[in-house]
Amino acid sequence: MPSLRGMGYFIDSFTVTACVIPRHRLRGDEPPCSIRKPTGQAAMIRYVLSRLTSLAISLIVASLVIFLVVEVAPGDPASYMLGVNARPDTVAALRIELGLDASKPQRYLSWVSGMVTGDFGTSYTYRSPVADMIGDRLWISLPLALYALALSTLIAFPAGIYAASRRGGAGDTAVMGATQLGIAIPNFWFAMLMVLVFAIKLRWFSAGGFPGWERGFWGGIKALTLPAVALALPQAAILARIMRSSLLDMLGEDFIRTARAKGLSRRQALWRHALRNALIPVLTIIGLQFSFLLAGAIIIEQVFFLPGLGRLVFQSISQRDLIVVESVVMLLVFAVITVNFIVDLAYAAVDPRLRTGR
Amino acid sequence: MNRNLIIGTALTAVFVLAALLSFVWVPYDIETLDIPNRLKPPGGAHWLGTDHFGRDILSMVMTGARTSIAVALVAVGIGMGLGVPLGLSAAALRGGGLDEFIMRGNDLIFAFPSLVIAILITAVFGPGAVNAIIAIGIFNIPVFARLTRGAALGLWGRDFILAARVAGKSAGRISVEHILPNIANLMIVQGTIQFSLGILAEAGLSYVGLGAQPPMPSWGRMLAEAQTLVSIAPHVALFPGLAILLTVLGLNLMGDGLRDMLDPRLRVIRA
Amino acid sequence: MTLLSVQGLNVAIHGTPILRGVTLDIAPGQIVALTGESGSGKSMTALAVMGLLPQGAVATGRVMLGDADILTTPEPALCAMRGRDMGMVFQEPMTALNPVQCIGDQVAETILVHGKGSRAEARAAAQDMLARAGLPPDRFPLTRYPHELSGGQRQRVVIAMAIALRPHLLIADEPTTALDVTTQAQILDLLKGLVADFGMGLMLITHDLAVVAGIADRIVVMRKGEVVEQGATGDVLRHMRHPYTRMLFDASRHRVSLPPRPAPVPLLELRNVVRDYRVPAKRLFASAGRFRAVDGVSFTLHRGERLGLVGESGCGKSTLTRAILGLEPVQGGEITLDGAPVFSGGRPNLDVRRRMQVVFQDPFGSFNPRHRVARLITEPFHLLDNPPDRDTSVAEALRAVGLSPGDADKYPHQFSGGQRQRIAIARALIIKPDLIVLDEAVSALDVSVRAQVLDLLADLCRSHGLSYLFISHDLSVVRSVTDRVLVMRAGKIVEQGETETVFTAPSHAYTRTLIDAAPVLPDWQDTPDPDPDRSLANA
Repeated sequence: MPSLRGMGYFIDSFTVTACVIPRHRLRGDEPPCSIRKPTGQAAMIRYVLSRLTSLAISLIVASLVIFLVVEVAPGDPASYMLGVNARPDTVAALRIELGLDASKPQRYLSWVSGMVTGDFGTSYTYRSPVADMIGDRLWISLPLALYALALSTLIAFPAGIYAASRRGGAGDTAVMGATQLGIAIPNFWFAMLMVLVFAIKLRWFSAGGFPGWERGFWGGIKALTLPAVALALPQAAILARIMRSSLLDMLGEDFIRTARAKGLSRRQALWRHALRNALIPVLTIIGLQFSFLLAGAIIIEQVFFLPGLGRLVFQSISQRDLIVVESVVMLLVFAVITVNFIVDLAYAAVDPRLRTGR
Repeated sequence: MNRNLIIGTALTAVFVLAALLSFVWVPYDIETLDIPNRLKPPGGAHWLGTDHFGRDILSMVMTGARTSIAVALVAVGIGMGLGVPLGLSAAALRGGGLDEFIMRGNDLIFAFPSLVIAILITAVFGPGAVNAIIAIGIFNIPVFARLTRGAALGLWGRDFILAARVAGKSAGRISVEHILPNIANLMIVQGTIQFSLGILAEAGLSYVGLGAQPPMPSWGRMLAEAQTLVSIAPHVALFPGLAILLTVLGLNLMGDGLRDMLDPRLRVIRA
Repeated sequence: MTLLSVQGLNVAIHGTPILRGVTLDIAPGQIVALTGESGSGKSMTALAVMGLLPQGAVATGRVMLGDADILTTPEPALCAMRGRDMGMVFQEPMTALNPVQCIGDQVAETILVHGKGSRAEARAAAQDMLARAGLPPDRFPLTRYPHELSGGQRQRVVIAMAIALRPHLLIADEPTTALDVTTQAQILDLLKGLVADFGMGLMLITHDLAVVAGIADRIVVMRKGEVVEQGATGDVLRHMRHPYTRMLFDASRHRVSLPPRPAPVPLLELRNVVRDYRVPAKRLFASAGRFRAVDGVSFTLHRGERLGLVGESGCGKSTLTRAILGLEPVQGGEITLDGAPVFSGGRPNLDVRRRMQVVFQDPFGSFNPRHRVARLITEPFHLLDNPPDRDTSVAEALRAVGLSPGDADKYPHQFSGGQRQRIAIARALIIKPDLIVLDEAVSALDVSVRAQVLDLLADLCRSHGLSYLFISHDLSVVRSVTDRVLVMRAGKIVEQGETETVFTAPSHAYTRTLIDAAPVLPDWQDTPDPDPDRSLANA
């Protein structure tokens, strides 16, 4: 189970809090730690290896699922590309050229091996390499998602920490109210409102389009700013809430009381002890959010007329250019799985229990 | 009763009632075009104004509520109907091969955001509300499966479950008799949240043309059509968006309120 | 000279009074024990002294530490005092340390936060303190993380943290309650040594009167937020002027009178039982290892016999219990009840299962909170082909455990811990099993309630001819309610025999260690004052 460990961090809601003193000893007849604990470095390598294996398995299964789903699509790409009036022998020749005559396992293998070497096949509609079509567009969608991820984190962390440190106060209530709105707002509608205000009324930004990275880095960033903010705010609202509740959970832990007993103020205990522990579930959510941001980017691109993966994929769907759809979907899934792998590694950095074996 | 629950239920009720009312009555027939009265601002005969075809926006929002609510509700039903039993079985067979299989499958689905599932499905079967339901529903399965498994695992370690096992009850029977009633609250709260996410997802899918198709009215499509008109008639884009915002807000407040009322310690999945 | 002087301390939380007029003094180098049952306000007193009362608590009276009144000192000044003038050790060492910070940093933080040295000095001091607390740097480097240490070792870290700046006052709130008896003895020795070396005052909070008698200079007995009696240890134990003190001590020393056992007829038989768990491999690419939790255990429990099983945590008691109940398969040997295997053909044997029942430790976790008592205690009827009449059986079972048949319609949360344990026993009795397994069944109860439940067991032995397996970490309880006893260590039974024989003349070294480590209540009541000078000096 990669990356979503914290997701199951459903904290037993049935925990009995009634105080039967003394709490008495834990009855767990678990084998003592020393027996089951592998040595530090081996545990770390094992952890990374197991995550890598999991990454590879996820990629293989995902590619199989995508391939099979596209396989059941009705219609023959070759006849579709040549039109209804094509001669059967021309169609047959194109089928061979596209490799459609091979058996399914063979086609799957050649699709996968092609992707590994950067060959995504040939577009049915444009007869041009899919890799080239994806290439440029990826450099809009991916930076957009990462930009939004950075914004979301930058907004959510201070907001969540602020709210948790002023639990129940006016600041907390204000932040929580704002996040309640942020969660409910559809990002593409929010994007439209921002276009109305910042592009049409205030003219601070252009209403859409993308100048291209070759025209300068900051021009590209500026064009992506409104879309990134539209994407980031709703996710930041969710992340801020998670940050707050995770921090509050940690502030209720025994080790915070220990820290207070050695003379730390409430604020010091929060920053020095609660925060790092609270990061563990927050990391999970950041990993999950990346997949939402990537998908969200595809929608937001429509609002801002950005020539990203979204435009490509919707165009391809209407033209039944399935090989493009197949490749874009695989690419998105690849990005999500990879980010979750990185989150797994970040876990190990935060939590020594993973580094040295539990 | 707490404040969140009251406000949330009221907001949600307004939109559910509007959707139900639209079956029997709407202010104007939305299939009749009235070009001379196009892009009328709110007020007078058309409370929320008219769109570029002169259709009454209030009537469209009311009818659109039907699509949004129905799609989201059925999708949550699919997610719960499949996810909860999967989660219960995974917990009952904890540590076993099937548990591993179910949880791996869940992780895999998490790698496909609902939009990506929708893209795949529409690429193959064509766009439509049913395919949107399937896409959102599939995405809901792992949410419920994971939540159920997590909660059920906590319970399986409890002494009262051990007592039931000592009383000779089977894992299936214990799941239904002891586990399910004890996680019901959590499922209700999570269901409310997934319902609100479903409404957002449906709007997004319809906006990019993967959801409800004409002539089925939908908030997302209204926004797509309004996009080019934002500068000349902002109200066309304002009201469908507000409808989404308020419905989702209502459902979220209701979820929070229900949680506070049933058990404030419940931890739900928010993503 | 007094170090800490609490005068007329009242604490109320949201209007509910928690402490009423608590008055006590602690002198430097003195160990003062606060004792009492749950809800007596011991821990709240400690938190008030630390200035760490929960939000919503209102305190009046005076808590003088030196010249400062804790109750009126502003928070920043309190932060400066905590850790420097007063330190605290908590009950649960497993959760008291920050899991993502190494132990050296956590101890050094006490010094750094008070600005008492540079980072390097703080680390050096942390190393010294950890060594003083029994964690020498060669075996426990500062870079260890809490999860790499056992419970007792973690408690040593917490102690090192609390004493790093040599505070005048150390408060220890049930510091050994979560630990095994041998570890408990070591930690108590450590605390005692620290008090002597540093001349600290120690406020020791414990429910365990045997611990109190062994270590404290003075005893403060509390009940429901009030001090009912206090004085020098010997004086209080000898005279017990307050009836509550007497009740507490009698209950702690309670011996039940078991009826004689019938002639031995084997009921439960274990032969060479082995239970293995798979564990992760120790090295990379090594195959998964095995951990033998139960290693060749053999014993016989006779019909009508009360058999005890004692051992420390991790010794395999619970694993063995689950195997006996047929909840898990075993990897070797066999478990039979009246000759029939409890687990056969890969699944539990229902014919045997219906003749065994169990009572668990946690009186709050053993019941589905959504079911009524009648439904809860009739759950074992599921095992019977023709269950008897529900209402009469429920009434009968409830009456047998000292509850009324009218309780059948209530929910578990309407009962106290002791009553719930009675309900758990009723659930076990209702199908009239041949054997009841009592798994730490009285460990979570207050002493007075525990005494009542133990008496109930003895009564049931008389009326129902009960046979039970009594599993516990608590030697004194096992001694009082069993005929024979098994001592378990690291998956093996190291000694078994008649309870009195094992306790008075243990043959295995481990058994002797256990018995020596367990604190015992001295019988001072009828003996003359052994050292009048000392008790006078402390009075």
